[in-house]
Amino acid sequence: MSMARKVLTSQLRNVARSRWILAYGLLLLGVTELLLRFGGSGERALLSLLNIVLLLLPLVSVVFGTLYIHNAREFIELLLAQPVGRGSLYAGLFGGLALPLAGTFVLGVGAPLLLQGGSEPGYLAHCLLLLGAGVLLTLVFTAFALCVAVRLDDRAWALGAALLVWLFCSLVYDGVILLLTTLFGDYPLEGPLLVMIFLNPVDLARVLLLLSFDISALLGYTGAVYERFFHGGLGASLAVLMLLICAAVPLLLGLRWFRRKDF
Amino acid sequence: MMPSRVVLTGVRKRFGRLEVLRGIDQIIEPGRITALVGPNAAGKTTLIKLILGLVRPAPGGTVEVDGIAVNGDPSYRQRIGYMPQAACFPEQLTGREVLDLLTGLRGQRDGLDEELIERFKLTPALDRPVRALSGGTRQKLNAAVAFLFRPSLLILDEPTAGLDPVAAGILKDKVLRAPAQGTSVLLTSHLMSEVEELAQDLIFLLDGSVAFRGTVEALLQQSGESRLERAIGRLLEAAGR
Repeated sequence: MSMARKVLTSQLRNVARSRWILAYGLLLLGVTELLLRFGGSGERALLSLLNIVLLLLPLVSVVFGTLYIHNAREFIELLLAQPVGRGSLYAGLFGGLALPLAGTFVLGVGAPLLLQGGSEPGYLAHCLLLLGAGVLLTLVFTAFALCVAVRLDDRAWALGAALLVWLFCSLVYDGVILLLTTLFGDYPLEGPLLVMIFLNPVDLARVLLLLSFDISALLGYTGAVYERFFHGGLGASLAVLMLLICAAVPLLLGLRWFRRKDF
Repeated sequence: MMPSRVVLTGVRKRFGRLEVLRGIDQIIEPGRITALVGPNAAGKTTLIKLILGLVRPAPGGTVEVDGIAVNGDPSYRQRIGYMPQAACFPEQLTGREVLDLLTGLRGQRDGLDEELIERFKLTPALDRPVRALSGGTRQKLNAAVAFLFRPSLLILDEPTAGLDPVAAGILKDKVLRAPAQGTSVLLTSHLMSEVEELAQDLIFLLDGSVAFRGTVEALLQQSGESRLERAIGRLLEAAGR
Protein backbone atom coordinates (compact mmCIF):
# COMPACT_ATOMS: atom_id res chain seq x y z
CA MET A 1 0.00 0.00 0.00
CA SER A 2 1.45 3.35 -0.94
CA MET A 3 2.28 6.04 1.61
CA ALA A 4 -0.53 8.24 0.27
CA ARG A 5 -3.09 5.48 0.79
CA LYS A 6 -1.93 4.89 4.35
CA VAL A 7 -2.25 8.57 5.18
CA LEU A 8 -5.59 8.72 3.36
CA THR A 9 -6.99 5.74 5.26
CA SER A 10 -6.12 7.20 8.64
CA GLN A 11 -7.32 10.71 7.74
CA LEU A 12 -10.53 9.27 6.35
CA ARG A 13 -11.11 7.43 9.62
CA ASN A 14 -10.38 10.57 11.62
CA VAL A 15 -12.58 12.89 9.53
CA ALA A 16 -15.42 10.40 9.21
CA ARG A 17 -15.66 10.15 13.03
CA SER A 18 -15.76 13.92 13.44
CA ARG A 19 -18.92 15.31 14.98
CA TRP A 20 -18.94 18.08 12.38
CA ILE A 21 -19.21 15.54 9.60
CA LEU A 22 -22.03 13.81 11.43
CA ALA A 23 -23.82 17.16 11.90
CA TYR A 24 -23.29 17.99 8.21
CA GLY A 25 -24.73 14.64 7.17
CA LEU A 26 -27.75 15.04 9.45
CA LEU A 27 -28.35 18.58 8.17
CA LEU A 28 -28.31 17.41 4.56
CA LEU A 29 -30.54 14.47 5.42
CA GLY A 30 -33.00 16.70 7.28
CA VAL A 31 -33.18 19.35 4.56
CA THR A 32 -33.62 16.77 1.79
CA GLU A 33 -36.28 14.95 3.78
CA LEU A 34 -38.16 18.20 4.47
CA LEU A 35 -38.04 19.28 0.84
CA LEU A 36 -39.27 15.91 -0.32
CA ARG A 37 -42.13 15.93 2.17
CA PHE A 38 -43.22 19.54 1.79
CA GLY A 39 -41.60 20.78 -1.41
CA GLY A 40 -43.86 19.15 -3.93
CA SER A 41 -43.01 16.45 -6.43
CA GLY A 42 -39.61 14.87 -6.71
CA GLU A 43 -38.47 17.10 -9.55
CA ARG A 44 -39.51 20.28 -7.71
CA ALA A 45 -37.77 19.11 -4.58
CA LEU A 46 -34.68 18.50 -6.67
CA LEU A 47 -34.78 22.07 -7.96
CA SER A 48 -35.06 23.47 -4.43
CA LEU A 49 -32.27 21.19 -3.32
CA LEU A 50 -30.11 22.46 -6.13
CA ASN A 51 -29.80 25.91 -4.55
CA ILE A 52 -28.92 24.45 -1.18
CA VAL A 53 -26.29 22.21 -2.77
CA LEU A 54 -24.77 25.12 -4.67
CA LEU A 55 -24.51 27.31 -1.56
CA LEU A 56 -23.90 24.90 1.28
CA LEU A 57 -21.54 22.37 -0.28
CA PRO A 58 -18.81 24.83 -1.32
CA LEU A 59 -19.09 26.65 2.02
CA VAL A 60 -18.78 23.53 4.16
CA SER A 61 -16.01 22.02 2.01
CA VAL A 62 -13.81 25.11 1.96
CA VAL A 63 -14.30 26.13 5.61
CA PHE A 64 -14.14 22.63 7.13
CA GLY A 65 -11.15 21.74 4.95
CA THR A 66 -9.21 24.89 5.84
CA LEU A 67 -9.82 24.54 9.57
CA TYR A 68 -9.07 20.82 9.52
CA ILE A 69 -5.68 21.30 7.87
CA HIS A 70 -4.84 24.12 10.25
CA ASN A 71 -5.78 22.05 13.29
CA ALA A 72 -3.76 19.12 11.98
CA ARG A 73 -0.66 21.21 11.41
CA GLU A 74 1.39 19.69 14.25
CA PHE A 75 0.42 16.17 13.23
CA ILE A 76 1.37 16.99 9.64
CA GLU A 77 4.78 18.02 10.99
CA LEU A 78 5.05 14.73 12.84
CA LEU A 79 4.17 12.85 9.65
CA LEU A 80 6.74 14.86 7.73
CA ALA A 81 9.32 13.74 10.30
CA GLN A 82 8.66 10.17 9.08
CA PRO A 83 10.06 8.79 5.82
CA VAL A 84 7.10 10.15 3.85
CA GLY A 85 7.34 12.31 0.74
CA ARG A 86 5.50 15.59 0.79
CA GLY A 87 3.58 14.69 -2.38
CA SER A 88 2.25 11.46 -0.83
CA LEU A 89 1.26 13.23 2.37
CA TYR A 90 -0.51 15.98 0.43
CA ALA A 91 -2.42 13.45 -1.68
CA GLY A 92 -3.42 11.54 1.46
CA LEU A 93 -4.63 14.69 3.17
CA PHE A 94 -6.71 15.72 0.17
CA GLY A 95 -8.27 12.29 -0.25
CA GLY A 96 -8.84 11.95 3.49
CA LEU A 97 -10.78 15.20 3.50
CA ALA A 98 -12.60 15.09 0.16
CA LEU A 99 -13.83 11.49 0.38
CA PRO A 100 -15.70 11.76 3.70
CA LEU A 101 -17.15 15.14 2.71
CA ALA A 102 -18.34 13.79 -0.63
CA GLY A 103 -19.53 10.54 0.95
CA THR A 104 -21.53 12.42 3.57
CA PHE A 105 -23.18 14.48 0.84
CA VAL A 106 -24.02 11.42 -1.26
CA LEU A 107 -25.51 9.63 1.76
CA GLY A 108 -27.24 12.65 3.29
CA VAL A 109 -28.86 13.81 0.06
CA GLY A 110 -28.81 10.68 -2.06
CA ALA A 111 -30.43 8.26 0.39
CA PRO A 112 -33.74 10.16 0.86
CA LEU A 113 -33.82 11.20 -2.80
CA LEU A 114 -33.50 7.67 -4.04
CA LEU A 115 -35.64 6.04 -1.34
CA GLN A 116 -38.68 8.26 -1.51
CA GLY A 117 -38.24 10.48 -4.54
CA GLY A 118 -40.54 11.08 -7.49
CA SER A 119 -41.47 8.69 -10.21
CA GLU A 120 -41.20 11.10 -13.15
CA PRO A 121 -39.24 9.92 -16.16
CA GLY A 122 -35.67 11.10 -15.89
CA TYR A 123 -35.89 11.58 -12.11
CA LEU A 124 -33.17 9.06 -11.39
CA ALA A 125 -30.88 10.62 -13.99
CA HIS A 126 -31.45 14.06 -12.45
CA CYS A 127 -30.71 12.71 -8.99
CA LEU A 128 -27.48 11.18 -10.20
CA LEU A 129 -26.52 14.40 -11.99
CA LEU A 130 -27.17 16.39 -8.81
CA LEU A 131 -25.10 13.96 -6.75
CA GLY A 132 -22.33 13.96 -9.35
CA ALA A 133 -22.23 17.76 -9.50
CA GLY A 134 -22.19 17.90 -5.69
CA VAL A 135 -19.27 15.47 -5.51
CA LEU A 136 -17.34 17.51 -8.09
CA LEU A 137 -18.03 20.75 -6.19
CA THR A 138 -16.81 19.08 -3.00
CA LEU A 139 -13.57 18.12 -4.74
CA VAL A 140 -13.14 21.65 -6.11
CA PHE A 141 -13.68 23.42 -2.80
CA THR A 142 -11.67 20.91 -0.76
CA ALA A 143 -8.82 21.64 -3.18
CA PHE A 144 -9.31 25.37 -2.55
CA ALA A 145 -9.24 24.63 1.19
CA LEU A 146 -5.90 22.84 0.96
CA CYS A 147 -4.50 25.60 -1.17
CA VAL A 148 -5.55 28.29 1.32
CA ALA A 149 -4.50 26.36 4.43
CA VAL A 150 -1.06 25.58 3.01
CA ARG A 151 -0.44 29.13 1.88
CA LEU A 152 -1.67 31.04 4.92
CA ASP A 153 -0.15 30.15 8.29
CA ASP A 154 -2.37 32.43 10.29
CA ARG A 155 -5.60 30.65 11.11
CA ALA A 156 -7.78 33.77 11.05
CA TRP A 157 -6.37 34.86 7.70
CA ALA A 158 -6.84 31.38 6.28
CA LEU A 159 -10.45 31.25 7.45
CA GLY A 160 -11.06 34.71 6.00
CA ALA A 161 -9.54 33.69 2.68
CA ALA A 162 -11.62 30.50 2.61
CA LEU A 163 -14.79 32.52 3.15
CA LEU A 164 -13.72 34.96 0.45
CA VAL A 165 -13.22 32.12 -2.02
CA TRP A 166 -16.72 30.90 -1.27
CA LEU A 167 -18.21 34.39 -1.38
CA PHE A 168 -16.51 35.14 -4.67
CA CYS A 169 -17.61 31.93 -6.40
CA SER A 170 -21.13 31.88 -4.96
CA LEU A 171 -22.13 35.56 -5.01
CA VAL A 172 -19.59 38.10 -6.25
CA TYR A 173 -18.90 36.37 -9.55
CA ASP A 174 -22.60 36.35 -10.38
CA GLY A 175 -22.74 40.04 -9.50
CA VAL A 176 -19.93 40.71 -11.97
CA ILE A 177 -21.76 38.74 -14.66
CA LEU A 178 -24.95 40.68 -13.92
CA LEU A 179 -23.06 43.96 -14.14
CA LEU A 180 -21.52 43.01 -17.46
CA THR A 181 -24.87 41.96 -18.93
CA THR A 182 -26.35 45.29 -17.81
CA LEU A 183 -23.46 47.33 -19.17
CA PHE A 184 -23.17 45.48 -22.45
CA GLY A 185 -26.83 44.50 -22.88
CA ASP A 186 -26.85 45.72 -26.48
CA TYR A 187 -24.19 43.28 -27.53
CA PRO A 188 -24.48 39.54 -28.13
CA LEU A 189 -23.04 38.27 -24.84
CA GLU A 190 -23.91 34.59 -25.01
CA GLY A 191 -20.42 33.54 -26.10
CA PRO A 192 -18.46 35.56 -23.52
CA LEU A 193 -20.94 34.60 -20.79
CA LEU A 194 -20.56 30.95 -21.63
CA VAL A 195 -16.80 31.36 -21.22
CA MET A 196 -17.27 33.21 -17.92
CA ILE A 197 -19.58 30.52 -16.61
CA PHE A 198 -16.98 27.94 -17.50
CA LEU A 199 -14.49 29.72 -15.27
CA ASN A 200 -16.59 29.52 -12.10
CA PRO A 201 -17.29 26.02 -10.76
CA VAL A 202 -20.47 27.05 -8.93
CA ASP A 203 -21.97 28.67 -12.03
CA LEU A 204 -20.91 25.77 -14.15
CA ALA A 205 -22.64 23.29 -11.84
CA ARG A 206 -25.72 25.53 -11.64
CA VAL A 207 -26.14 25.88 -15.42
CA LEU A 208 -25.40 22.22 -16.00
CA LEU A 209 -28.08 21.20 -13.51
CA LEU A 210 -30.67 23.82 -14.43
CA LEU A 211 -30.53 22.90 -18.08
CA SER A 212 -30.88 19.24 -17.30
CA PHE A 213 -34.19 20.07 -15.58
CA ASP A 214 -35.56 21.32 -18.88
CA ILE A 215 -36.30 24.80 -17.67
CA SER A 216 -33.96 26.51 -20.10
CA ALA A 217 -37.00 28.23 -21.67
CA LEU A 218 -37.07 30.41 -18.55
CA LEU A 219 -33.68 31.76 -19.51
CA GLY A 220 -34.84 33.04 -22.90
CA TYR A 221 -32.48 33.16 -25.85
CA THR A 222 -29.46 32.67 -23.62
CA GLY A 223 -31.09 29.53 -22.31
CA ALA A 224 -31.52 28.28 -25.84
CA VAL A 225 -27.81 28.85 -26.55
CA TYR A 226 -26.80 27.05 -23.34
CA GLU A 227 -29.34 24.32 -23.97
CA ARG A 228 -27.81 23.66 -27.37
CA PHE A 229 -24.32 23.68 -25.90
CA PHE A 230 -24.82 21.68 -22.73
CA HIS A 231 -27.32 19.17 -23.99
CA GLY A 232 -24.91 17.90 -26.56
CA GLY A 233 -22.68 15.22 -25.08
CA LEU A 234 -19.69 17.38 -25.82
CA GLY A 235 -20.92 20.37 -23.81
CA ALA A 236 -21.76 18.29 -20.75
CA SER A 237 -18.45 16.45 -21.00
CA LEU A 238 -16.63 19.76 -21.29
CA ALA A 239 -18.47 21.02 -18.21
CA VAL A 240 -17.44 17.97 -16.19
CA LEU A 241 -13.89 18.27 -17.50
CA MET A 242 -13.82 21.93 -16.54
CA LEU A 243 -15.04 21.12 -13.02
CA LEU A 244 -12.21 18.61 -12.73
CA ILE A 245 -9.78 21.25 -13.97
CA CYS A 246 -11.19 23.66 -11.39
CA ALA A 247 -10.28 21.07 -8.74
CA ALA A 248 -6.90 20.25 -10.26
CA VAL A 249 -5.61 23.82 -10.54
CA PRO A 250 -5.85 24.78 -6.83
CA LEU A 251 -4.83 21.25 -5.87
CA LEU A 252 -1.62 21.43 -7.90
CA LEU A 253 -0.93 24.99 -6.81
CA GLY A 254 -1.35 23.87 -3.18
CA LEU A 255 0.98 20.91 -3.84
CA ARG A 256 3.63 23.26 -5.22
CA TRP A 257 3.39 25.40 -2.07
CA PHE A 258 3.28 22.36 0.21
CA ARG A 259 6.49 20.99 -1.34
CA ARG A 260 8.31 24.28 -0.75
CA LYS A 261 6.79 25.17 2.58
CA ASP A 262 8.81 25.69 5.72
CA PHE A 263 6.86 24.12 8.57
CA MET B 1 22.49 0.02 14.15
CA MET B 2 25.26 2.64 14.29
CA PRO B 3 24.39 5.93 15.98
CA SER B 4 23.88 8.80 13.56
CA ARG B 5 26.17 11.72 12.89
CA VAL B 6 24.69 15.04 11.84
CA VAL B 7 26.79 17.64 10.08
CA LEU B 8 25.56 21.20 9.61
CA THR B 9 27.64 23.39 7.32
CA GLY B 10 27.10 27.09 6.80
CA VAL B 11 23.43 26.80 7.73
CA ARG B 12 21.53 30.06 7.54
CA LYS B 13 17.82 30.63 7.68
CA ARG B 14 15.77 33.73 7.31
CA PHE B 15 12.00 34.13 7.72
CA GLY B 16 11.16 37.37 5.98
CA ARG B 17 13.32 40.06 7.56
CA LEU B 18 14.16 37.95 10.58
CA GLU B 19 17.46 36.08 10.35
CA VAL B 20 16.88 33.07 12.57
CA LEU B 21 20.13 31.19 11.98
CA ARG B 22 23.34 32.97 11.05
CA GLY B 23 25.80 30.45 9.68
CA ILE B 24 25.81 27.34 11.85
CA ASP B 25 28.71 24.90 11.43
CA GLN B 26 28.25 22.06 13.88
CA ILE B 27 28.54 18.32 14.19
CA ILE B 28 26.20 16.26 16.35
CA GLU B 29 28.59 13.53 17.38
CA PRO B 30 27.42 9.92 17.12
CA GLY B 31 26.52 8.13 20.30
CA ARG B 32 26.39 11.31 22.38
CA ILE B 33 23.55 13.17 24.05
CA THR B 34 23.69 16.72 22.81
CA ALA B 35 21.54 19.46 24.28
CA LEU B 36 20.52 22.45 22.23
CA VAL B 37 19.87 25.30 24.61
CA GLY B 38 19.30 29.00 24.40
CA PRO B 39 16.75 31.68 25.19
CA ASN B 40 13.41 31.94 23.38
CA ALA B 41 13.70 32.69 19.65
CA ALA B 42 17.38 31.67 19.62
CA GLY B 43 16.75 29.33 16.67
CA LYS B 44 16.60 25.94 18.46
CA THR B 45 13.36 24.72 16.91
CA THR B 46 14.38 25.94 13.46
CA LEU B 47 17.64 24.00 13.75
CA ILE B 48 15.74 20.84 14.71
CA LYS B 49 13.32 21.35 11.85
CA LEU B 50 16.23 21.76 9.44
CA ILE B 51 17.56 18.35 10.45
CA LEU B 52 14.07 16.87 10.03
CA GLY B 53 13.70 18.47 6.60
CA LEU B 54 10.67 20.49 7.70
CA VAL B 55 12.54 23.71 6.99
CA ARG B 56 15.02 24.26 4.18
CA PRO B 57 18.31 26.07 4.72
CA ALA B 58 19.24 29.15 2.70
CA PRO B 59 21.28 28.33 -0.43
CA GLY B 60 24.86 27.46 0.40
CA GLY B 61 24.08 25.72 3.68
CA THR B 62 23.90 21.96 3.99
CA VAL B 63 22.59 19.48 6.51
CA GLU B 64 23.78 15.87 6.36
CA VAL B 65 22.59 12.91 8.39
CA ASP B 66 25.02 10.00 8.16
CA GLY B 67 26.47 11.50 5.00
CA ILE B 68 23.08 11.81 3.32
CA ALA B 69 22.21 15.37 2.36
CA VAL B 70 18.82 16.53 3.60
CA ASN B 71 17.41 17.73 0.30
CA GLY B 72 13.89 16.47 -0.09
CA ASP B 73 14.41 12.69 -0.24
CA PRO B 74 12.54 11.49 2.87
CA SER B 75 14.21 8.05 3.20
CA TYR B 76 16.91 9.27 5.64
CA ARG B 77 14.16 9.97 8.19
CA GLN B 78 13.82 6.20 8.59
CA ARG B 79 16.73 6.62 11.03
CA ILE B 80 15.14 9.41 13.05
CA GLY B 81 12.79 9.30 16.03
CA TYR B 82 11.15 12.63 16.79
CA MET B 83 9.29 13.78 19.85
CA PRO B 84 7.74 17.21 19.28
CA GLN B 85 7.14 19.53 22.19
CA ALA B 86 3.37 19.09 22.10
CA ALA B 87 1.67 15.76 21.47
CA CYS B 88 -0.68 16.35 18.58
CA PHE B 89 -2.36 13.26 17.27
CA PRO B 90 -5.67 13.16 15.37
CA GLU B 91 -8.38 13.47 17.99
CA GLN B 92 -10.70 10.81 16.58
CA LEU B 93 -8.10 8.07 16.16
CA THR B 94 -7.18 5.69 18.95
CA GLY B 95 -3.59 5.52 20.15
CA ARG B 96 -3.29 2.12 18.49
CA GLU B 97 -4.48 3.52 15.16
CA VAL B 98 -1.83 6.24 15.44
CA LEU B 99 0.83 3.60 16.09
CA ASP B 100 -0.51 1.51 13.18
CA LEU B 101 -0.27 4.50 10.85
CA LEU B 102 3.30 5.24 11.88
CA THR B 103 4.45 1.63 11.71
CA GLY B 104 2.79 1.40 8.29
CA LEU B 105 4.55 4.52 7.05
CA ARG B 106 7.88 3.21 8.34
CA GLY B 107 7.22 -0.26 6.98
CA GLN B 108 8.54 -1.59 10.28
CA ARG B 109 6.24 -3.80 12.30
CA ASP B 110 8.81 -6.08 13.91
CA GLY B 111 11.61 -5.35 16.33
CA LEU B 112 9.80 -2.38 17.82
CA ASP B 113 10.93 -0.90 21.12
CA GLU B 114 7.76 -1.02 23.21
CA GLU B 115 9.50 -0.50 26.55
CA LEU B 116 7.96 2.93 27.12
CA ILE B 117 4.47 1.67 26.24
CA GLU B 118 4.88 -0.94 28.95
CA ARG B 119 6.59 1.24 31.54
CA PHE B 120 4.09 4.07 31.06
CA LYS B 121 1.29 1.44 31.26
CA LEU B 122 -0.14 2.83 28.04
CA THR B 123 -1.72 -0.37 26.72
CA PRO B 124 -5.28 0.26 28.02
CA ALA B 125 -5.14 3.89 26.83
CA LEU B 126 -4.19 2.79 23.31
CA ASP B 127 -7.73 1.61 22.65
CA ARG B 128 -9.28 4.95 23.55
CA PRO B 129 -9.61 7.88 21.12
CA VAL B 130 -6.87 10.48 21.51
CA ARG B 131 -9.50 13.10 22.45
CA ALA B 132 -10.29 11.06 25.55
CA LEU B 133 -6.67 10.96 26.71
CA SER B 134 -5.24 13.41 29.23
CA GLY B 135 -2.44 15.78 28.22
CA GLY B 136 0.07 13.69 30.18
CA THR B 137 -1.03 10.44 28.53
CA ARG B 138 -0.75 12.03 25.11
CA GLN B 139 2.75 13.15 25.97
CA LYS B 140 3.63 9.61 27.07
CA LEU B 141 2.35 8.32 23.73
CA ASN B 142 4.44 11.02 22.05
CA ALA B 143 7.57 9.76 23.84
CA ALA B 144 6.77 6.12 23.11
CA VAL B 145 6.41 6.90 19.39
CA ALA B 146 9.84 8.56 19.26
CA PHE B 147 11.59 5.47 20.65
CA LEU B 148 9.37 2.89 18.94
CA PHE B 149 11.44 2.36 15.80
CA ARG B 150 14.84 2.10 17.52
CA PRO B 151 16.15 5.18 15.71
CA SER B 152 19.84 5.94 15.30
CA LEU B 153 19.07 9.63 15.85
CA LEU B 154 16.58 10.75 18.44
CA ILE B 155 15.36 14.33 18.44
CA LEU B 156 13.50 15.37 21.58
CA ASP B 157 11.96 18.82 21.87
CA GLU B 158 11.31 19.61 25.56
CA PRO B 159 10.80 15.89 26.28
CA THR B 160 9.58 16.06 29.87
CA ALA B 161 7.19 19.00 29.44
CA GLY B 162 3.76 17.87 30.61
CA LEU B 163 4.97 14.63 32.18
CA ASP B 164 4.54 13.81 35.86
CA PRO B 165 7.78 13.24 37.84
CA VAL B 166 7.51 9.45 37.65
CA ALA B 167 7.00 9.42 33.89
CA ALA B 168 9.71 12.07 33.44
CA GLY B 169 12.11 9.85 35.39
CA ILE B 170 11.28 6.82 33.23
CA LEU B 171 11.83 8.86 30.09
CA LYS B 172 15.12 10.31 31.32
CA ASP B 173 16.40 6.82 32.18
CA LYS B 174 15.50 5.73 28.67
CA VAL B 175 17.31 8.71 27.14
CA LEU B 176 20.42 8.04 29.22
CA ARG B 177 20.52 4.44 27.97
CA ALA B 178 20.03 5.44 24.33
CA PRO B 179 23.72 6.00 23.36
CA ALA B 180 24.64 2.53 24.57
CA GLN B 181 21.90 1.16 22.31
CA GLY B 182 23.28 2.87 19.23
CA THR B 183 21.36 6.13 19.27
CA SER B 184 22.58 9.71 19.11
CA VAL B 185 20.33 12.10 20.97
CA LEU B 186 19.65 15.77 20.28
CA LEU B 187 17.39 17.41 22.79
CA THR B 188 16.19 20.85 23.72
CA SER B 189 15.06 21.89 27.16
CA HIS B 190 14.49 25.02 29.17
CA LEU B 191 15.18 23.06 32.34
CA MET B 192 18.91 23.35 32.97
CA SER B 193 18.74 20.70 35.69
CA GLU B 194 17.41 18.31 33.05
CA VAL B 195 20.15 19.27 30.58
CA GLU B 196 22.77 18.79 33.30
CA GLU B 197 21.33 15.38 34.12
CA LEU B 198 21.09 14.15 30.55
CA ALA B 199 23.48 15.91 28.22
CA GLN B 200 27.13 15.28 27.54
CA ASP B 201 27.53 17.94 24.86
CA LEU B 202 26.03 21.38 24.77
CA ILE B 203 25.29 23.76 21.92
CA PHE B 204 24.26 27.15 23.24
CA LEU B 205 22.45 29.21 20.63
CA LEU B 206 22.07 32.94 20.95
CA ASP B 207 20.37 35.07 18.29
CA GLY B 208 20.91 32.40 15.66
CA SER B 209 24.62 31.88 16.32
CA VAL B 210 26.48 29.34 18.42
CA ALA B 211 27.70 31.11 21.55
CA PHE B 212 29.18 27.99 23.13
CA ARG B 213 29.95 24.47 21.97
CA GLY B 214 31.52 21.87 24.19
CA THR B 215 30.87 19.48 27.00
CA VAL B 216 28.78 20.43 29.99
CA GLU B 217 31.89 20.01 32.18
CA ALA B 218 33.87 22.35 29.95
CA LEU B 219 31.23 25.05 30.29
CA LEU B 220 31.14 24.68 34.07
CA GLN B 221 34.94 24.87 34.18
CA GLN B 222 35.05 27.86 31.84
CA SER B 223 32.47 29.79 33.85
CA GLY B 224 33.76 28.75 37.28
CA GLU B 225 30.21 27.89 38.30
CA SER B 226 29.05 24.65 39.82
CA ARG B 227 25.56 24.67 38.31
CA LEU B 228 24.70 24.77 34.63
CA GLU B 229 21.94 27.30 35.12
CA ARG B 230 24.42 29.82 36.53
CA ALA B 231 26.99 29.00 33.86
CA ILE B 232 24.40 29.72 31.15
CA GLY B 233 23.55 32.94 33.00
CA ARG B 234 27.22 33.91 32.75
CA LEU B 235 27.16 33.28 29.01
CA LEU B 236 24.10 35.50 28.66
CA GLU B 237 25.72 38.23 30.77
CA ALA B 238 28.83 38.07 28.61
CA ALA B 239 26.63 38.52 25.54
CA GLY B 240 25.11 41.62 27.10
CA ARG B 241 21.78 40.03 27.97
